[in-house]
Amino acid sequence: MFLKKKHVAPKATYREVWSKGDIATKLSFFIMGSNALANKQWVKGLALLISEIVFIVWFIFSGISTLGILATLGPIKSKKVVYDAAQGVYITKQPSNSVLILLFGVLAIILCIAMIYLYIVNLRSTRHNYILKRDGEHIPTNVQELKSLLDTRLHATLMVIPLLGILFFTVLPTVFMISMAFTNYDRQHPIAFSWTGFQAFGNVLSGDLAGTFFPVLGWTLIWAVAATATTFFFGVLLAMLIESKGIKYKAFWRTVFVIIWAVPQFVSLLMMAQFLDYQGALNNILMNLHWISSPIHFIDNQASPLVARITVILVNMWIGIPVSMLVSTAIIQNLPEDQIEAAKIDGANAVQIFRSITFPQILFVMAPSLIQQFIGNINNFNVIFLLTGGAPMNSKYNGAGSTDLLVTWLYNLTFGQEQRYNASAVLGILIFIISAVVSLIAYRHTNAYKEG
Amino acid sequence: MKSYSNQRRLSLIFRYILLALLAIIWILPIVWIVLASFSYNDTGFVSTFWPEQFTLQNYVGIFTNPQYPFGNWIINTLIVSLLSMVISTFLTISVAYVLSRLRFKFRKPFLQIALVLGMFPGFMSMIALYYILKGLNMLNLFGLLLVYVGGAGLGFYVAKGFFDTIPRSIDEAAEIDGATKWQVFLHIGLPLSKPMIVYTALTAFIAPWTDFIFSGIILSTSGNAKTYTVAYGLYNMVHTAKGNATAYFAQFVAGCVIIAIPITILFVFMQKFYVNGITAGADKG
Repeated sequence: MFLKKKHVAPKATYREVWSKGDIATKLSFFIMGSNALANKQWVKGLALLISEIVFIVWFIFSGISTLGILATLGPIKSKKVVYDAAQGVYITKQPSNSVLILLFGVLAIILCIAMIYLYIVNLRSTRHNYILKRDGEHIPTNVQELKSLLDTRLHATLMVIPLLGILFFTVLPTVFMISMAFTNYDRQHPIAFSWTGFQAFGNVLSGDLAGTFFPVLGWTLIWAVAATATTFFFGVLLAMLIESKGIKYKAFWRTVFVIIWAVPQFVSLLMMAQFLDYQGALNNILMNLHWISSPIHFIDNQASPLVARITVILVNMWIGIPVSMLVSTAIIQNLPEDQIEAAKIDGANAVQIFRSITFPQILFVMAPSLIQQFIGNINNFNVIFLLTGGAPMNSKYNGAGSTDLLVTWLYNLTFGQEQRYNASAVLGILIFIISAVVSLIAYRHTNAYKEG
Repeated sequence: MKSYSNQRRLSLIFRYILLALLAIIWILPIVWIVLASFSYNDTGFVSTFWPEQFTLQNYVGIFTNPQYPFGNWIINTLIVSLLSMVISTFLTISVAYVLSRLRFKFRKPFLQIALVLGMFPGFMSMIALYYILKGLNMLNLFGLLLVYVGGAGLGFYVAKGFFDTIPRSIDEAAEIDGATKWQVFLHIGLPLSKPMIVYTALTAFIAPWTDFIFSGIILSTSGNAKTYTVAYGLYNMVHTAKGNATAYFAQFVAGCVIIAIPITILFVFMQKFYVNGITAGADKG
């Protein structure tokens, strides 16, 4: 056996690097990459140097003003006509475009953070080189540095592009929207808006939107619990039915149920809305069977909220049960048989076995994915938006209907008549808080959390 | 003994009846969708289950409708989904592999950040994405592709669960033999993850065909129906006019059936991978 000698370099503080390093080392506290260049790691050195130059140029010519204007979100709040004394004419001044100011401001902040990170990388590499030099060890050459990108630092290489994607298409928009919650960006201030602190939160939690927020929140939670519980429970039952002894062509049966899931939701749900319509096929069938004497308002505007809500949950079962059936099938197939055998010998009947053995075991394995489903249901936009569109409308609500969830309401506030962008951003944050709290509590009580 | 076997047979028959009944409930609406696509219809509304009059006119109509260029939509969607499939699969598999097989300082924080980011509703970022793309002058199919690809790095959970199940000793053996981590990734990680690559690719391929929200926000500004994707185009077809009832409703259904068929076939193929993916993460409990 070759016992690899553990190489523990005595750590050097930055103070030591600064006081004992050579000129290039000292210089790299100000000019990034100079140490790397002095050690002939010219690719790294040039990359650091160029990014510093580009950053400084950008910061002087555009960064300062971008960050400065962020504090007010633009000086001109409304369109006004001012007299220009120098030219002796009246000029119309357009309001400043606060959305772009905010967006570029957030982008500038992210760029600054990225630069600080690069600076730290620069310092670390300088210290590393300094230690190697001090201890008389070999400083990696340019080629070796590049090769390490495919070996010990492969993670950095593979993550660069995905990270950039996440930064620009997830982090930047999310930060932008979070900051929007602290402004008065709404119908009255569609172009130029300003910071208003927690005022939008106040509107939602105790102001004019509170009368909508709390009932919608209540229904969202009821919906999420009901939707998760029904699809899970009946999915397990369906899986057990298909897996039970004697049933042939199990794969065929499973596929029959799963096909619904392959049809794009905007097709299946829009068609379901037609199917359930007052004049739709279902009412037609029921009338022909003489089960009902007059058509039922299932999901349209004249439906009673209770009927509409029950219908929505039932339709969601139609969509959701196959998925949970598929997942629980995989678990059922892997359940240990011995406990069930033992219970059978002791004279337990099928219901007892299900209640005391099979179901708890499935619940145990599926707990993490149930939490995910619960959060997914809080955010279940498609079912509500495509099926009912929030109908029946509720006159007591502000821009929402009786079946609207927080997410569909958020969508209405942004893209509907209301145009209360700040309120919708607040809703987004509140949905995030709810999801985070639920998963935190739930994960703490499941095994998966303790393990990982 | 006889009564016991009788009882079992009775139970089996009962279970078959129940299963068949449920299967009918699940399949019926889909059958209805297919039937509706063949029904002769000029009211913009399908109110009967069995069409009164069968016709192929809807399928001819959807391809020749001058107002809704269905052919263009299919080509647009095909291009976007193929490109998105190749790029997203590469990104997702890389991130999943790195997070599952390699150990580095940023790993834990990244997993936590990804978890937190995933809890914000996706709609929240739509306005921002709209303005970013508008600023870059990319409110078109290319911008849409960027949005699909941009999120790929966060969709690593299923693939990571898969990589977690491959024993690490294989990697270690290769590294002792002098392979670099890149070689391990290329010659061991990737070949072993073929089913996962297929699954990730199919999911990425299907997404553009079913997404009507993001494509709607990004593509609707141009107002040029030729640049739409299939999902938004079809959705737009029934929603621009009043409510769901438009003159082109039957054509809309026909269009839906046309795109649903390939997706369904793909889906039946990847059903197995999907289950493996979900349970790989959950099985450890």
